[in-house]
Formats: sequence, structure tokens, C-alpha cells
Amino acid sequence: MQGAKTEMAVESQQVQADFARDHARRVMARRLRGFGRSILIHASLIPAAFVFTLPFLWMLSTSLKPDVQFYAYPPVVIPSPFQWSNYPDAVKFITFFLYLRNTLTIAVLATIGVLISSSLVAYSLARIPWRGRNFLFILTIATLMLPFQVTMIPLFIVFKNLGWVNSWLPLIVPHWFGGALYIFLLRQFFMTIPMELSEAARIDGANELKIYYSIILPLSKPALATVAIFEFIARWRDYIGPLIYLSDQEQYTLSLGIYEYQTQYGAEWGLLMAASVLITLPIILLFFFLQKTFVQGIALTGIKG
Amino acid sequence: MATATATANLPRRKLSQGTRHTINGLLFASPWIFGLLVFWIYPTLASAFYSFTKYNGVRNPTFTGLANYIELFTKDEEFLAAVYNTVYFAVVSIPLAIIFAFGLAMMLNAKIRGQVVYRTIYFLPTLVPEVALALVWIFIFTPHNGLIAAPFRAFGSRGPCWLTCAEWARPTLVLLALWIIGQQIILYLAGLQDVPQDLYDAADVDGANFLSKFRNVTVPILTPVVFFHLITSVIGALNFFAIPYIMTGGTGFPANSTLFYSIYLYKNAFHYLEMGYASAMAWLLFMFTLVVTLIIFRSARLWVFYAGGED
Repeated sequence: MQGAKTEMAVESQQVQADFARDHARRVMARRLRGFGRSILIHASLIPAAFVFTLPFLWMLSTSLKPDVQFYAYPPVVIPSPFQWSNYPDAVKFITFFLYLRNTLTIAVLATIGVLISSSLVAYSLARIPWRGRNFLFILTIATLMLPFQVTMIPLFIVFKNLGWVNSWLPLIVPHWFGGALYIFLLRQFFMTIPMELSEAARIDGANELKIYYSIILPLSKPALATVAIFEFIARWRDYIGPLIYLSDQEQYTLSLGIYEYQTQYGAEWGLLMAASVLITLPIILLFFFLQKTFVQGIALTGIKG
Repeated sequence: MATATATANLPRRKLSQGTRHTINGLLFASPWIFGLLVFWIYPTLASAFYSFTKYNGVRNPTFTGLANYIELFTKDEEFLAAVYNTVYFAVVSIPLAIIFAFGLAMMLNAKIRGQVVYRTIYFLPTLVPEVALALVWIFIFTPHNGLIAAPFRAFGSRGPCWLTCAEWARPTLVLLALWIIGQQIILYLAGLQDVPQDLYDAADVDGANFLSKFRNVTVPILTPVVFFHLITSVIGALNFFAIPYIMTGGTGFPANSTLFYSIYLYKNAFHYLEMGYASAMAWLLFMFTLVVTLIIFRSARLWVFYAGGED
């Protein structure tokens, strides 16, 4: 009995030791496999990263090159000497500050408008129970499916009859009446705020405007920030809007101005790339500082599909 | 007394609350109701009407029946080229974008170091304004001399003609479009991070290998993201405008191989002032978009997997 017991104990000890050794070996193997796997993954991610950064790096590099190095072979990666004068030249010849002022005016006014209007509409859709709001919501989603070319021509005629063509108004005013995507995005966000907050405020005698302004908006800062950034960048980058509505060079935005400069003066790559860096950099900086808002925003628009 | 009046008032107050909600709801939504009518519904109907007319935007439109539509399909070779180019672009670039975005997101999700850095880098091209992107691509893809030609020159070849010849221009634009998949990568990555770990654990217990986990867990859970990507990228591909327009000056050069539907529509409307004709094109595009998205929506029940039934 005793012997059997000790035998069993020894055996179980043996088993335990085997198990421990086995386990250690397995962990080791897994670690090695994990290490190998992560090397493999990095080996594919790094070339991809190189390819993705290439346009921007080449833009940056060319923006500092003298003319003779544009098409040099082998390609000149780090220009020597740095032709810093491309930047002041670009700013001067492309009338950068004029276009910057125009672009900022349009982008800021459109962003303010879209924030106010979309949040009011989203409040109505998410926080006020009224008949017909579902229908309005479906219509809102439906406009997302409508190609902009369908409304492009009649809108142009309308703005022409109003005398607004060749002004910034067609690029700003429509945004003061809401944007479908932003209404959708804010509605989804507003719906996550507990209804009890609104009900309690209503019992306390607060009207809807007060609830909207002092309860819902302060709780929705991340979503509002997302809308503001998306709209600002959309207006900053917008090309077809200014192309359709602006014909006077004094009114041009940066995108349109740089394109027009290229069509008029051709391949002055140093200046063109310097200007390109100047219009890209602000967005990249915005992205770096507000990365979380960006990523959340993109994920938000993708919810529900 | 006080309670009595309060209860007596209750039904009336409740009723008036419903009305008040309706009034408030309409008031808060009024900017968008106005916007919908003026910027969406009216223009959509007006463009349907214009599509049956000859209209230069100045003189009153004259009704011509189906003439625009008939001309588009029977006489207009540029139109057919534009349709072909656009469909080609959509059919080739969308599956590639799905594969690349999904694949890169999978690798990023493998709990590797520097995930955020990679994600940022992949997202960069989507931030660059289209004008800047188009310009730098023109420069990089200059045949024989551009940066893209350098590896070919190393082997003594001059490389393909890229955007300057008809047979290469279309595939080149597809290639360029693959640069702008940062948003999709982020969406897939977010989707992957939502996959419940216990599903993988359960699969591990059943002895599933990587491939079967991928096929039976990862892919089904991500099908809603693929679905979203598919819908938005079909619409995006059909509206592809700024980049090819800037890169070719809207000419469709070479041999109409970069003449996309939106570019040809824009040219008809604002260069040739054929606004009726362009409206017919716009409505055809609308109908086509509707049919394609409807097909995708209908097909969704066959392949899109929704966790928890119908969320």
C-alpha cells in the first residue's frame, strides 16, 4: 500500500516534471514561432509602408530640388543643395496666400454651417419623438446613394439664376442646411445618450433648445469634432466644387489655383511640389494631433454598414 | 384641489406634448427639410426633366423626348468608351482594394509592434489633396524619366509607357487608386478588433488551424465591413473624377482611355453646354447605381453574416 502510494507520488512527480518540461518547450516553440511570424509580418508591412509614403516623400524631396535634378538618373533622393527658394517662389508665383485666404474662408464658413445645421437635424431625428422622423431619416440615407452628377446641373442653373456663380456662396450656403452623412453620424451618437437625461430636463421645464444646447452638445464633443474635421478637410481638398463655380482667378481655392498654375506654366515641378507640400502639410498635422478623433470617426461612419 | 387640477390637466398636457414634439421635431429638422427640397429633391426632378430636352443652360429647354438617350447608346462612341473605362476601373480596382485592405488590416491586427505607426502611414495618401496627389503621380509616372522608370532603367529597359499610351493608362489608374485605401484599412482593422476572442479560443479547442479560423471566424465576422466597403467603393468608382481629370486635363488622353463617366458628363455639361444630354447621362448613372447597389443589397443575405441575427 505504502509502496504503491510512494510509487504513485513519484510517478505523479515524474508526470508533473514531464509536463513542466513539455510546457516550457511548447512556450519556447510558440515564442519562436511568434517571433518568426512577426518578422514575416514586418517584412511585408515595411515595403507596403514604403510604397504608401512614396508619393509624399517624393513630393517633399522634389520640392527642394533645383530643375536639373528632376529627372536625374539615378534618382536624387536628398537634393543637394537644398533649393529652399522653391517655397518662396511657389508662394509668390502661385499667389498662395490669396488662395489660402479663399480656401480658409470657404472651409471655415462651411464647417460652422454644417456643424450647426447637422446637429440640430440630428437632434430632431434622435431625441424628439415625432411622427415622420423615420421617413425623414430614410430620405437622408437615400441622398447618400444619389450621385452628385444628378443634382449638379440643376443646382448650377439655380445658382446661376441667383447670380451666385463665380462667388463662394454655392460652396458655402448649401452646407448651412445640413449634410446627410453628418446627420447620420450625429444621430447615431446622440442616440447613445440616455433618454432619461432629456426627460428629466423636460420635467424641470427646460425646452428642447436648452436641452440641445446645454445637455446634448456638451456630451457629444467627440462626434462634433469628427464632423468638424471631416468637413473642414473635405472643403480644403474639394476640387470639383470650385471647378464648377469659380471662374475668376481672384476667387480660386488652393486646389484649383495650383491645378491652373500647372496647366498654364507646365512642369515647374519644384514650385508645384512645394505648393503641394504646403497644402498637404496642414492636413497631415491635423491628423497627427487628432488621430483618435479621425479613427473613431471613420469607424463611426462604418458602423452598421 | 391642486392634485385634482393636475390630474385633470394630465390628458390634455400629454396630448399637447405630442403636438409639441411634432412642432419641435419639424423646427429642428427644418434646415434639412428645406435643404432636401432645394438641394436634393428639386434638382433630381429637374434633371430628370432636362434629360428629355435640349438645353444649353441659357435658353429655355426644348423637349426632344428620348432623343438624348437614343443618341447616347447609338451614336456616341465617347460615351461607350467612358462606360467601358468606368466599368473596367470598378471591376478591377474594387476587388483588389478589398484584398489589399483586408490583408494589410489582418497583418496589422497581429499584435505587432508599431501598429499605430503603420496605420498612420497607410492612411497618409488619403489625406493628400487630390490635386497634390495627381501632380506627384504625373511626375512619378513620367515615362522613361520619372521615378517609376528608375528600376526599369537599372535593367537597361525603358519601362512601360504608363499614362501616355492607351493600353497602360487604365491599369495605371487602377494601380494608383490602390494607394488610397487607408480608410478601408482602418475599417477592417476596427472590425477585426471587434471579433470576440472566445470564438478563436473555441476554434483552438476544436483544433482549427489558421486557415480554417480565417475562413470560418474572421471572414464571416468581417463580411458586414466588406459589404460596406463594396457599396461605398462602387459609388466612389462610378464617381471617379478629380484624379483622372487633373492628370489628363480632362482630355481622356490617350485615345479616350482615361475618359471616365463623370469626366465625360462634366464636359458635356460645362464645356459643350449640352446640359440636357449631360442630365440624361446623370440619370443613367443614377439608375445604374441603384441597380448595382440593389443587387449587392439583395445578395447580402447570401454572404453577409450579422452576429446576433439582424443587428
